[in-house]
Amino acid sequence: MTNKPTGIDRIENARKKRTRRNWLLSTPALIVLICAASGPLLIVLAYSLLSAGEYGGVTWSFSTDAWFNVVFHRDIFDETIGLADAHLLIFWRSVKLSFFTTLTTLAIGFPTAYFIATRNRKTRSMWLFLITVPFWTNLLIRTFAILEVIRNEGLINTALRALEIIHEPIQMLYTDFAIMVGMTYVFLPLMVLPLYASMERLDFNLIEAAYDLYATRYQVLRRVIVPLVKPGIIAGSILVFIPSLGAFVTPRVLGGGKKMMLGNLIELQFGAGRNWPLGAALSITLLGIVMIALVAYLRSTQRSSGGRR
Amino acid sequence: MTHSDDLQEEKTGSGLKSAIHAQRMTKIFGSGKDQVIALDDVSLSIQENEFFTLLGPSGCGKTTLLRLIAGFDHPTAGLIKLQGKDISHLPPYRRSVNTVFQSYALFPHMTVAKNISFGLEMLGKPKSAIADTVDRMLALVKMEALRNRRIDQLSGGQQQRVALARALAPQPRVLLLDEPLAALDYKLRKEMQFELKRLQHETGITFIFVTHDQEEALTMSDRIAVMNAGRILQIGTPREIYNHPVERFVADFIGNTNFLSAKVVSAAKGRVRLRLFTGKEIETALPVGMAPQGSVTAVVRPEYSLIFADGAVAGAGELSGRLVNIVYFGTDTHYYIRLPDETLFVTRSQNQREDAEAFHIGQSVGVSFKPNAIQVLRD
Amino acid sequence: MTVSGPKGKPFSIKKQPGFGFVAVFCFVMLYAPIFTLIVYSFNAGKYISIWEGFSLQWYVSAWNNEAVQDAAIRSLVLALQASAYSTVLATMAALGTTRTRSFRGLTAIYVLINQPLMVPEIVTAVALLTFFAIIKTATGYQGLAYLVLAHTAFCIPFAYLPIRARLEGMDLILETAAADLYAPPWKTFRHITLPLLWPGIIAGAMLAFVISLDDVVITEFVKSSGQETLPTYMLGQLRRVISPEINAISTALLSLSILVVSAFFFFNRKFGK
Repeated sequence: MTNKPTGIDRIENARKKRTRRNWLLSTPALIVLICAASGPLLIVLAYSLLSAGEYGGVTWSFSTDAWFNVVFHRDIFDETIGLADAHLLIFWRSVKLSFFTTLTTLAIGFPTAYFIATRNRKTRSMWLFLITVPFWTNLLIRTFAILEVIRNEGLINTALRALEIIHEPIQMLYTDFAIMVGMTYVFLPLMVLPLYASMERLDFNLIEAAYDLYATRYQVLRRVIVPLVKPGIIAGSILVFIPSLGAFVTPRVLGGGKKMMLGNLIELQFGAGRNWPLGAALSITLLGIVMIALVAYLRSTQRSSGGRR
Repeated sequence: MTHSDDLQEEKTGSGLKSAIHAQRMTKIFGSGKDQVIALDDVSLSIQENEFFTLLGPSGCGKTTLLRLIAGFDHPTAGLIKLQGKDISHLPPYRRSVNTVFQSYALFPHMTVAKNISFGLEMLGKPKSAIADTVDRMLALVKMEALRNRRIDQLSGGQQQRVALARALAPQPRVLLLDEPLAALDYKLRKEMQFELKRLQHETGITFIFVTHDQEEALTMSDRIAVMNAGRILQIGTPREIYNHPVERFVADFIGNTNFLSAKVVSAAKGRVRLRLFTGKEIETALPVGMAPQGSVTAVVRPEYSLIFADGAVAGAGELSGRLVNIVYFGTDTHYYIRLPDETLFVTRSQNQREDAEAFHIGQSVGVSFKPNAIQVLRD
Repeated sequence: MTVSGPKGKPFSIKKQPGFGFVAVFCFVMLYAPIFTLIVYSFNAGKYISIWEGFSLQWYVSAWNNEAVQDAAIRSLVLALQASAYSTVLATMAALGTTRTRSFRGLTAIYVLINQPLMVPEIVTAVALLTFFAIIKTATGYQGLAYLVLAHTAFCIPFAYLPIRARLEGMDLILETAAADLYAPPWKTFRHITLPLLWPGIIAGAMLAFVISLDDVVITEFVKSSGQETLPTYMLGQLRRVISPEINAISTALLSLSILVVSAFFFFNRKFGK
């Protein structure tokens, strides 16, 4: 069999032409994204290694102070180095609240997703629509709605006082609890949708088989349903945990100025705190944690599908 | 790699009078260890006004060859000529060749009429000419009433006919059909086979038809190319292919056949003398270009052999054995005979009238061959 | 003689105890605060605790509020531009990355396109703040372009996803058939690809519009002083005395979002796979 060079050449040329066309089509979007999304991240990294300017901004002198100040604190009087308690408390709050929000959304979202997945075809789209609508309403509006419900003159307190169960309003606003309620409310659809996607593919024949083999409802849940929808559980958890970590609006509105999360701490550095390098360092830290969580998630999906797909 | 030029390529010289001339077409997918040789040095010439069929099992390369003729893929090597002109480097929209796809590929957002007129619009034909042609095409495939229907409202058979009309409207030199009847039910398929044959005669366009159904190929084609594993094994008329298969695969793929081993006693002047394992010798015609020697495989079609009760005439017939099964088909009966070497031989006879069965299972029977029934295969 | 079957409900393999209750509770919980918000936007009185009758006064006052007008117009202008630009860019990117054999750099393109979805908004906001600050000091330009650019960027992945989904569902054989019928590549795109892709493009544009309209964090960081959008205006108001005007604005925004989402669902159903 002789290879005429033109045949293979033509195939190669066609392939090259195709690749060039694909790049040409994608480049405009990529330029915008690099300019206004990815590229500026490098500036943040650079800023974290500079010193703070007097009125905000940075001065062009190299300094690792920002990174140092993320975790440590140098006492201005006696130069002792200790842990930056305030920062660590905020980190802890962020992780703690994100974690509990994930748990709560899972606890509420799992039965909800299951409910939707077990409706018949016709009503199912209606339920899906109902779950999706809050998702697309403004984050701020939803947070505000929760504010109206839990504040001292809000719905819950007014109702409880009207029913004479309590006489003084319960202080729910400006607490960690308020932030958690807010985040649960805001991120619930993000947990339900991936869970639903997993459950929709559930083969109910397997569940029938389990019942046939004498399993109780609880056992079926624990040993058949949950393992089968594990990808959805993990996806939903990631989709809730990561935005929770970086939450800004919800803790600001529901936590007041006192209960800060990482997002608020970062914002502070660019506002009244006037420590841009520190803000930059904190942002990179947040980004780092998020990336680690994402990689862990990707690894787990690859492993569960039996190694490299 | 055997060059099959001398045996497969038609004797039209360099393809001057042919509609499609494919020369040494090779297509390789992938590279290295995973590479797939879809077409291996394939050459053929298809005549004008011919209903030509590419026949073979799935994966044999017939669809690949069709795609290369249409221009949807580049060959790794080889060239294609359309009526003498080299079109190998032309994109599909510059080849005067149209395709009827297996899945029809009708444009879902257009009506029947719009689908049919699409090719003409792309060619920039004047509106009045387009309207005329669309009318003619609708009449040709008998779909006038469905002119303004949307595609998703059509049945499978109707979609098929629209796909045909759409491909015929631009009056291509060659029409390619990629297993177009595969999705139709039996009755509809039989109707469409008849329709396609009629259309080919009426339009005079060369049809290149791809199928894996050997019965379809035999009934519809002027000539058939039997393919397997990327190579063309034999080209010929349905009769030639059926009665004079040159390779084991062809004999096996087309219809039913019996395989016998034999030894060549002598071969000369278009005739060969064979000795069967029974010791019996028989003479038969030899296809041109074959020079068999030693041990060969020979084939006999069931309907070219006769069963008779053993012992009627001593020593008559080529084979003898025990009747182990009788299968009644209404129009004919198949007899399964176990030969002394433990192989099964099938013979067929048409049922003449409603007679009581002449044979019974377990009976000793003999088989005689009709003249020239036995064919030698190339090894 | 009548034969009666077994009593009671048949055993449902799908039922899990308590799940239905939690699910209904979840839906109630999701919608109750929103309903409260909407209802009290019509409250004649000022306090959520006291219902003083039906009134449109807050809508009127919001309508006449110059700050609100300014913010609303800016929000709409921004959302329309961002949605238009990002949809065009996303369509091109989708055409270049879908239904094609893998080429070198394809994964990098995916990562870049989806990056706004993976990076926390506040980090992007900070990054843009620092970047634009440099440009602002260099050029002195303080206009809307920064916001348009920022919004376009983070809207691209949202427009990209439905367009890509629609494109993947389109069998290439149709384009092959068009080429077979003498259509050169640009005519194939115009007559076959584009008309069939159109519902996906519309869906992407609608999604981008809603995302831009709703954005708070990035807008808050990138805006120059005085450049309020509706969400940033509301955020500012929430620090002060909360007037039911906010309810009115929220309800209006809500209705717009729901309208767009319903249209999106409707489109998907009509032209869906």
